[in-house]
Amino acid sequence: MANHKKYWKSTAELDSNNAFVEDLMGREFVEKLPEDAFLGNEQVMNDSKTNRRDFLKYVGFSTAAASLAACEGPVHKSIPYVVQPEEIRPGISNYYATTVADGFDLASILVKTREGRPIKVENNTDIPASYAANARVQASVLSLYDNLRLQGPTQSGSPIGWATLLQLSRQQLDNMQSQGEQLALLTRSYASPSTQHLIDQITSKYDNIKHITYDSVSSSHALDAFAKAYGQRALPTYDFSKAETIVSFDADFLGDWQGGGHAPGYVKTRLPVKKNGKAKMSTHFQFEAIMTLSGAAADKRMPMTAAQQQQVLAAVYVELTNGQATADQATVEMAKIIAKHLRKAGKNGIVITDLPSTEAHRVSLAINEKIGSVVIDTKHTTTTRQGNALEVSQLVEDLNSGAVQGIIMADVNPVYTLAEGEQFAAGLAKAKFSLSFSMKNDETASKAQWVAAIPHYLESWGDVEFKTNHFGLTQPTIRPLFDTKQFQDVLLTWLGKDMTYRDQLRSYWEKNILSGTSWNKALHDGFYVSDSSTNRKRYNDSVADAIGILSTAKQEGYSLHLYTKTGLGDGQQANNPWLQELPDPITRVTWDNYLTISKPDAAALGLWNEIQSDGSLNGGYANITVGSSTLKVPVLIQPGQAKGTVGLAFGYGKQAGLKSEMQVGVNAYTLYNDFSKVQTVSIEAAEGTHEFACTQLQNTLMGREDIVKETTLEIFNTKNRDYYNAVPVVSKNHIETKVTSPEVDIWDQFNRSVGHHFNLSIDLNACTGCGACVVACHAENNVPVVGKREIRKSRDMHWLRIDRYYSSEETFEGDNTTVNEISGLGESLTTFSSLEEPSNNPQVTFQPIMCQHCNHAPCETVCPVAATSHGRQGQNHMAYNRCVGTRYCANNCPYKVRRFNWFLYNNNDEFDFYMNNDLGRMVLNPDVVVRSRGVMEKCSLCIQKTQKTILDAKLVGRDIADGEFQTACSSACSNGAITFGDINDKSSRVSKSLKSDRMYHLLESVGTKPNVQYQVKVRNTETS
Amino acid sequence: MTNNNLNMTRVFYLNVPQIRTLLTIVLAVALALPTFAQEPDIDKGKSLFNMNCAACHKLNKRAVGPALAGVSQKYEKEWLYAWIKNSMAMVKSGDPQAVAIYEEYNKSVMTAFPQLSNEDIDNILAYTDYTPAAPATPAVVATTVVSGTDDTTSTLLLGVLVLVLVVLVVMLFLVTQTLRKIAIANGIEVEASKSKRKPLWEVYINNSFLVFSTVILLLFSSAYFAYGYLMQVGIDQGYSPVQPIHYSHKIHSGDNEIECKYCHSSARVSKHSGIPSLNVCMNCHMNIAEYNGEEDLEKGYTKEFYTNEIKKLYKAVGWDEENQRYTGETQPVKWVRIHNLPDFVYFNHAQHVDVAGIDCQKCHGPVEEMEIMYQHSPLTMGWCIDCHRESNVDLENNEYYEKVHAELSKKYGVEKLTVAQMGGLECGKCHY
Repeated sequence: MANHKKYWKSTAELDSNNAFVEDLMGREFVEKLPEDAFLGNEQVMNDSKTNRRDFLKYVGFSTAAASLAACEGPVHKSIPYVVQPEEIRPGISNYYATTVADGFDLASILVKTREGRPIKVENNTDIPASYAANARVQASVLSLYDNLRLQGPTQSGSPIGWATLLQLSRQQLDNMQSQGEQLALLTRSYASPSTQHLIDQITSKYDNIKHITYDSVSSSHALDAFAKAYGQRALPTYDFSKAETIVSFDADFLGDWQGGGHAPGYVKTRLPVKKNGKAKMSTHFQFEAIMTLSGAAADKRMPMTAAQQQQVLAAVYVELTNGQATADQATVEMAKIIAKHLRKAGKNGIVITDLPSTEAHRVSLAINEKIGSVVIDTKHTTTTRQGNALEVSQLVEDLNSGAVQGIIMADVNPVYTLAEGEQFAAGLAKAKFSLSFSMKNDETASKAQWVAAIPHYLESWGDVEFKTNHFGLTQPTIRPLFDTKQFQDVLLTWLGKDMTYRDQLRSYWEKNILSGTSWNKALHDGFYVSDSSTNRKRYNDSVADAIGILSTAKQEGYSLHLYTKTGLGDGQQANNPWLQELPDPITRVTWDNYLTISKPDAAALGLWNEIQSDGSLNGGYANITVGSSTLKVPVLIQPGQAKGTVGLAFGYGKQAGLKSEMQVGVNAYTLYNDFSKVQTVSIEAAEGTHEFACTQLQNTLMGREDIVKETTLEIFNTKNRDYYNAVPVVSKNHIETKVTSPEVDIWDQFNRSVGHHFNLSIDLNACTGCGACVVACHAENNVPVVGKREIRKSRDMHWLRIDRYYSSEETFEGDNTTVNEISGLGESLTTFSSLEEPSNNPQVTFQPIMCQHCNHAPCETVCPVAATSHGRQGQNHMAYNRCVGTRYCANNCPYKVRRFNWFLYNNNDEFDFYMNNDLGRMVLNPDVVVRSRGVMEKCSLCIQKTQKTILDAKLVGRDIADGEFQTACSSACSNGAITFGDINDKSSRVSKSLKSDRMYHLLESVGTKPNVQYQVKVRNTETS
Repeated sequence: MTNNNLNMTRVFYLNVPQIRTLLTIVLAVALALPTFAQEPDIDKGKSLFNMNCAACHKLNKRAVGPALAGVSQKYEKEWLYAWIKNSMAMVKSGDPQAVAIYEEYNKSVMTAFPQLSNEDIDNILAYTDYTPAAPATPAVVATTVVSGTDDTTSTLLLGVLVLVLVVLVVMLFLVTQTLRKIAIANGIEVEASKSKRKPLWEVYINNSFLVFSTVILLLFSSAYFAYGYLMQVGIDQGYSPVQPIHYSHKIHSGDNEIECKYCHSSARVSKHSGIPSLNVCMNCHMNIAEYNGEEDLEKGYTKEFYTNEIKKLYKAVGWDEENQRYTGETQPVKWVRIHNLPDFVYFNHAQHVDVAGIDCQKCHGPVEEMEIMYQHSPLTMGWCIDCHRESNVDLENNEYYEKVHAELSKKYGVEKLTVAQMGGLECGKCHY
């Protein structure tokens, strides 16, 4: 039967008399093609000597010529050194110990250089892990090769020579001094003894210069409190490895709190190592407003507003001093529990805070003093944060009033990082003399009269006092790429000294720091501990007034918590694509900052998030107003966010000195009034849809125990392995058989006992989600950056990702119980869909996932061209040159770890990141190939590193010791969460962890026999 | 004449041709020697000179120290003895001649040679004073010309043969033409050869089986050749580009037997063999400013040619030959790279050269015979794999291999293990 159905696109088509439709039907294209533009001119067409045949001839000829030319190989030129430096041997890496201190991050590191160019940051294992590199430090090597760096000094935007700049600036200084005009020297916190020495000299030579220090993210409250209590404006240091009870009030001490570096010590107390059959773990209470890394790791996390936290803090003090509680019932109960744990821990207890209140800091110091905490160290203090909020505000005023006529800025960007940025810019315009020492033509430098281009830390000399008696040295690892000079060198010129900063540094160290130790040794180690005596500072503070203030803390409306993200931190490296693309460990969002808000608040305010059908995340906007500034920010609903609070990260919204791709987010510094991280804010929904680039949308585990296994310390101590870490079983002839048994395996077993067999072990207890491994993997393996647009299409290239899961119930155990109690299909449907929603205060777990290097790899069997195959050493190989891009392997991988090169990511203007310019490409690791379009790639277990280790051993003819084998992620992990080694070496850590009771494999029931082990996460639930 | 006597005693043990050569040598030496017995020995002097002096002195040219030809005429013999044995002592004692020469040569200290006896010094001086007779170059030219004709004669012969054949064909054609003309002139009708059989091509066309099989054959053979052609695309075996400096591996590695890894030192430790930096060249060429070895006149490789190439090195490295110092004006040499492995292959020289102890020649061919360096091996994956399949791993004396060796040889039941058995065929060992 004929089909008489008529299909139509618009109702107009149904009207047979519609002339317009008639007209359209007769046309091939709806809009007229612009052929007149090139065919319309009759005269030109006739005059043209090229007819169609000629055109075809040319096409044919050029095609043939091009294909012929393609057969000829290119000529490669090799240019050896004229005089080869002794220490450089092509193909061999050199390592230099150096120190990063950029005012925000602090680390003592090894820099790997190849043929004279730094290509990777490694941890220096000879020094305490607390100075290890975080994600930003790992990525800092790429910032060296930033092609938007200033290439030389400028005057009003046009290049001038250094000689001119030095001469004119010195004249200016002399003039201003003779006329008695005031100058400000605004610097970041250097914590550098030799630089401080120079600044002291310059301020004594020019008595009209006032030195003001400022941190973009301030610790002013903590500094003031410590100054009041101990008489020194510094920060105490901490050793969390001694802690038994940790109570944190809004302090993200596993993140960037007071310079970071606390995680390795903390993790030591979190490993359930059985001694005499019983494991011990510290107890961690976290009071916080936004979800942080510390909150995610905590045993008990209490989402609260800053005001509530202050009340609890006060109540804890009152409880500990047996005073009379004035707070409400819930607060007092909470305080009692905390006080009980602190008493139990005695001197191993610790209370820390990051509340923007000097009183809160004073009270926490008082509590620590009261319990005699050994975790806090008031003897060894640190001056890595010295910023003085009051002085900076005064400076802005003085610049505008004309009280300060000149300003010299070193390594700061106040126009961007000050809440009063605009006023500062106005004041800067009024100044008679303004000079900015800057690496970039940033917001401030572009407004200063003179800009002195300074080198990257990898091109600089320097020193830093990590804490009392702990010193680090910075040495250049490459000659300056551009025409730059260090701030200190310029200071020396101003002082009229004919010496370089290096010489000054050396003589200063030899005179004041090195007591007999040779300079060369200190420089080689990059780290020096002096044994000068230090005095314990006397505690002298009474906190009665502070208690009064804290316990009456109130909050009106919403409070905005400003925080720093793992990726960008304070925003210095905003032009670093590795950091922009690093997913935030908590939200898993890349290339953005956003307003985090709790689900009930979002509902109340009409703010929304929505997952699109293509698997991308969209969100609404909100207008937030603090004081007189209003920002329109995208909204992200964050489980665990305290009700009544919202969060916004610093470091984004930069406009000057960075590529257009990196100009993402909004500038939260504009709301950072009085350097207080908590602000009262009013929020209203705004028009528009924001497109997020989020790498994980399945937020909950939904009770799937074979992905992340968890147990409690109590069960771990009392039950046996089969209870909390059972191997999945399958039925064979109606007999339950473990999936690990060869009986139920469809594959043949290979004898893998000869030679090396690599395993990677990931301890879920030790992983804090810090992301250092992800960046290290980028750097080591030339993993491309794909940009926000591609991430949104789930085309991220990270070989290593850190999955973050929320519990749907209060705990993951609750989820498991819910799933196990489902009966019937109907209930399962409703229950599972409800399990997709994370709880309002969920438990959080991090799980680093890379290629699992399965011994029975599903990817290998489906590759039609055998591009992926198994090595005897346990690694799943990927031959890129063999891959034809069918992507069968990725589809067959149960772990979703294979990454496809949808495009050519290098030398492609569409991906204008570091691989698109000669400078950026200098960071590439020459031992790893840069993949091309259309091939699959994935984690190789750093086969280039294992092969190198093996070759080094062969060259000398020796055995390989445990710990020599490393992957980029395992060496980057300062917490010891990732260990790598050879399981055929029976003494290795991985072969021991393979037999551990906590060991399991991801999705073991699939029977893939991975070479990556996971260790069950054990939680300490004794928190009542 | 003790030397000669010694040789004479040995004569009895030598066979005839040896005796002949020996006699010539003896004769030559005897002729070269002055007539009286106590005269210094030039040969001895030469070897002493080369051993002790040549590092800093040349005969006719200023080097680190002055040219030594005719030095005995310039200075007293006694003074020379003293100077050579301990020059610095003389400078310190303020000997005017000594101080003058010390000043002239940038105060470079001459090594003291207390071990040299006066007799030794006499020998050396005799050598420096000795001027050899002009070599009989015409003879060399003659021989090269003779050897050169060999090739040309064969091509000439071939050419003549071809020419003769062509002439024959033309003649035959002309003969038939003339015969036909004669026949026509004589009125004889030349019968067109009419065959009853079909022409061969028609038979062939009609035989479909034959057509089918030829097509198949043609297809297969063209596929074979096409495959062969495609497989050689990108393989640069024999690639021998013109280099900015004519560096002869034959002279360095062949004639002078310099160890490969003296210059390509990083091959021992690194993945790169490394093109030596120019300062390595200057280790020797600071003293070797001119070429004095064999020539190949046919190709234009004269002594001047080679010396000129050395000058290019000096220019690149910024060496002022006159004043024996570096000017600092360098011009790095842009060598054309010959061995290009694709980026997706990881190859490590140290693994092969140092761990495996493979001779460089195994992959790079007879480098010591290469006047111009070329790519000897195809550098294809098949070529790598073949070698990995065949080569045994040298497991002796390497503690790293001990355990693995014992276990693997048990597993495979063999005494010697090939690279392949050690896992040397796995993709990921070279591609990452």
